Amino acid sequence: MDLVELDFFTTREKLATREISCKELFETYLQRIDKGAHLNAFISVFPENGRKRADEIDRKLASGKAGKLAGMILGVKDLISVRDELTTCGSKILSNFVSPYDATVIRKLNAEDVIIIGKMNMDEFAMGSSNENSFFGAVKNPLDVDRVPGGSSGGSAAAVAGNLCMAALGSDTGGSIRQPASFCGVVGLKPTYGRISRFGLVAYASSLDQIGPVTKSVADTALLLEVMSGGDKLDSTSAHVAVQKFTAALGQDVKGLKIGLPKEYFSEGLDKQVADAVSLSADILKSAGAEIIEVSLPHTEYAIATYYILATAEASSNLARYDGARYGYRVPDVVDLEDMYVRSRTEGFGAEVQRRIMLGTYVLSAGYYEAYYRKAQKVRTLIKHDFERAFQTVDCLLTPTAPTTAFKIGEKVDDPLTMYLSDVYTVSVNLAGLPGISVPFAQDRAGLPIGVQLIGKAFDEETIIRVADFLERNADSNS
Amino acid sequence: MKYEPVIGLEVHIQLLTESKIFCSCSTKFGAEQNTHVCPICLGLPGVLPVLNEKVIEYAIKLALATNSRINKRSIFARKNYFYPDLPKGYQISQFEEPFCEFGRILIKVDGEKSREISLTRIHLEEDAGKSVHAESFVSKDETLVDVNRCGTPLLEIVSEPDFRTPKEAAAYLTRLRQIVRYLGVCDGNMEEGSMRCDANISVRPQGQEKLGVKTELKNMNSISSVEKALDFEIDRQISVLSEGGSISQETLLWDANRNVAEPMRSKEYSDDYRYFPEPDLVPVEVDEEWVDRVSQSMPELPLAKKQRFVQEFALPEYDAQVLSEDRAIADYFETAAQKVADKKAVSNMVMGEVLRVIKEQQIRVEDLKITPEYLSEIINMIDEGAISRNIAKKVFNRVAETGTAPRVVVEQEGLLQISDTSALEATLDQVLQENPNEVQAFLNGKEKVVGFLMGQVMRATSGKANPKSVNALLRKKLSDLKS
Ligand SMILES: [Zn+2]
Repeated sequence: MDLVELDFFTTREKLATREISCKELFETYLQRIDKGAHLNAFISVFPENGRKRADEIDRKLASGKAGKLAGMILGVKDLISVRDELTTCGSKILSNFVSPYDATVIRKLNAEDVIIIGKMNMDEFAMGSSNENSFFGAVKNPLDVDRVPGGSSGGSAAAVAGNLCMAALGSDTGGSIRQPASFCGVVGLKPTYGRISRFGLVAYASSLDQIGPVTKSVADTALLLEVMSGGDKLDSTSAHVAVQKFTAALGQDVKGLKIGLPKEYFSEGLDKQVADAVSLSADILKSAGAEIIEVSLPHTEYAIATYYILATAEASSNLARYDGARYGYRVPDVVDLEDMYVRSRTEGFGAEVQRRIMLGTYVLSAGYYEAYYRKAQKVRTLIKHDFERAFQTVDCLLTPTAPTTAFKIGEKVDDPLTMYLSDVYTVSVNLAGLPGISVPFAQDRAGLPIGVQLIGKAFDEETIIRVADFLERNADSNS
Repeated sequence: MKYEPVIGLEVHIQLLTESKIFCSCSTKFGAEQNTHVCPICLGLPGVLPVLNEKVIEYAIKLALATNSRINKRSIFARKNYFYPDLPKGYQISQFEEPFCEFGRILIKVDGEKSREISLTRIHLEEDAGKSVHAESFVSKDETLVDVNRCGTPLLEIVSEPDFRTPKEAAAYLTRLRQIVRYLGVCDGNMEEGSMRCDANISVRPQGQEKLGVKTELKNMNSISSVEKALDFEIDRQISVLSEGGSISQETLLWDANRNVAEPMRSKEYSDDYRYFPEPDLVPVEVDEEWVDRVSQSMPELPLAKKQRFVQEFALPEYDAQVLSEDRAIADYFETAAQKVADKKAVSNMVMGEVLRVIKEQQIRVEDLKITPEYLSEIINMIDEGAISRNIAKKVFNRVAETGTAPRVVVEQEGLLQISDTSALEATLDQVLQENPNEVQAFLNGKEKVVGFLMGQVMRATSGKANPKSVNALLRKKLSDLKS
């Protein structure tokens, strides 16, 4: 087996025994990035800094002083601040922006000796489900380069699936980690809201955004989550709750677990092959001793609308700072202040971002606030209650991650409403602040991966990691 | 027709916390441009605000001082508008669910009864930066931004439209400034902008309930400017209405040089701030325990202090009023009065001499060279008969100039009062010898010349003689001559 196909969990043993060095590993990945340039997964690559780090960590490994993630070759979605590097958010308006500070997660990961190899392409400001909305061009699905990798963490998922890095960080506001993970056949976790500090994550929709891992295995996800989790005094919305040892949930059985199937998630619009994959996974869990229970999340049909009101409202305000005044793109030959604002933002933002800013500005406007924003907040509470009720009877939920497998590049680009439906099974999780994981389980007839999603109670990533790990071990590799 | 003005005030005060409201940058005024900044107050991509708890403590103080109802839970909101000195494109403020509500402030206009003004709310927010248009270092159509002030904590105090005259508005601002200074939460400096006031003003025919259309006045940087601007705007509104015109709702900027208020260019403000709850901050929760803790650290407020001065020190109302106006003066008085039996004597010296020196030297109470301890020493020396009242003034001035201890001044300059009869006797004899006509006049029954002769003795001793001793000795000598 090629070295780059291994997950970190396996590789770290080879590193520990010095069978391979970080330096070799890093060079191998650099070559892979070169070879995979056509995927357009990276916005920047850090060969020099990475080599220095690899040497440093090799010395640490030799002296037995290396951190938990020593030698993990990590890619970072380009909306997480890495000190002194570009943080473009996939946008022209930040195409020249170098961040002067490290995000809290970057600080934590560096302390455990990861090697950051580069920053990943993404839908502009994390707005998109196909990674076609990037100023730096569309990302391609490594399993079929005519297809999208999903979005908005498309670069992260494509790079991990295409073996251009060992693992990556993504961010998930409405499904942006899980949907691309499903499309690319990798593992993607959105943690409970507040589980991981958002300090240094460029905001799209602050009340929904979470950073999460995109990995080759559930084990790597558990490892990364252990390091990244925990309250942060720089993020008031981070939760100061105990961080479990998520790796302890690996290799367990599922006997006695109550797993819910929300009936609203198996309706019109769900691809038959995806539905079959979820049923199959349910059967496997059942035969392993789990109890499968049908549950109802009655407000599911309002989730997409609610999401697009709240997320765009927050986005319209979060993106106001990109005005050409202090940093980022400013049009030349400015006539006056308004001209600077209008033209810098019109030229600096792509079409989808502008669409969402306008939508968000509208729903917050005087006279519309009650009808849209306030009502959406109320529905959000109802959706939260739906889950709370379901979790009175089950330990976690099993659902499709996305309604289809990866679609063709250009297929939905002119039809934003259909595109928005890609997130139909993932957005509720963000609205309710719950953890969700997508694990590859099957393939469709074209050989494209199908992920299934597990949704857990707040701060119970343990259970969904346990079930995802079980499904990964029992995945249906030849359907 | 007679018109009645209706005025409401919105006051912003900058809090004297060491650091900013959402980051740890310093709030110090007057630093070099853009040096008190960090990624957070610069609003760089990815940063988050974290509330400085000291701000809540200060807000609780003002809430208690104004008898406001503190909400157990209040939330931050974003006020969205574009301006170069607003790095995030929104200001973090409070909108629905403010920090506290329903406060009251007692005001008094000279010659009128005290009145209570109701406060709608007091809420927390962050200050914006400053735009600099100074043409000395930018070309004509350029603007520079100084972000130092960005994120300085503010409290906005919104009054009900309870004022009927500009004088009442001024009395309110004076009182509010006194309160915040007493609390030590703000220095109340309107010239430097650490206290700012916007006014909403409308007029209506006397007796009419319905409010007229209001305008908003901004850019007044002193209490007297507020008064003048309101006078101006009331006159303007009344004359427009009297001529059958109508008032349009707009914002006017006060020009203190020309004494006029003129409409603001409409681009500089927006009508729709699209407020919504700030998702990056959790609600502010204030429990009773916290309020209790702060209330124990509350200083005595001006009105309470005034009453105590009357009761405890038997001072006249007027003295207590003057002394309690400023907390530092009041503290100075109390320290000085501690070791002096005659409190009124201390009050006289503080109101007469100390306030004069502060005015003349243009200094703060804390910078006085004559400490309250020195002042009590001087008063005690008068009491002991060591120096006369006249000499005391001389000593006071010398101490106020140099900071030398009063006893040292008295010693160095030989100002000790001569009460010793034997020491006075020679001088007295000489005076009697040099003024035989006056002595004769006394012997002829003209008692009044005693005063003249006393003056001669005082002059001969450069005022150091104890007048009581001189008087007694003189009368004794003269009556000896008589017999
Ligand atoms: Zn700062």
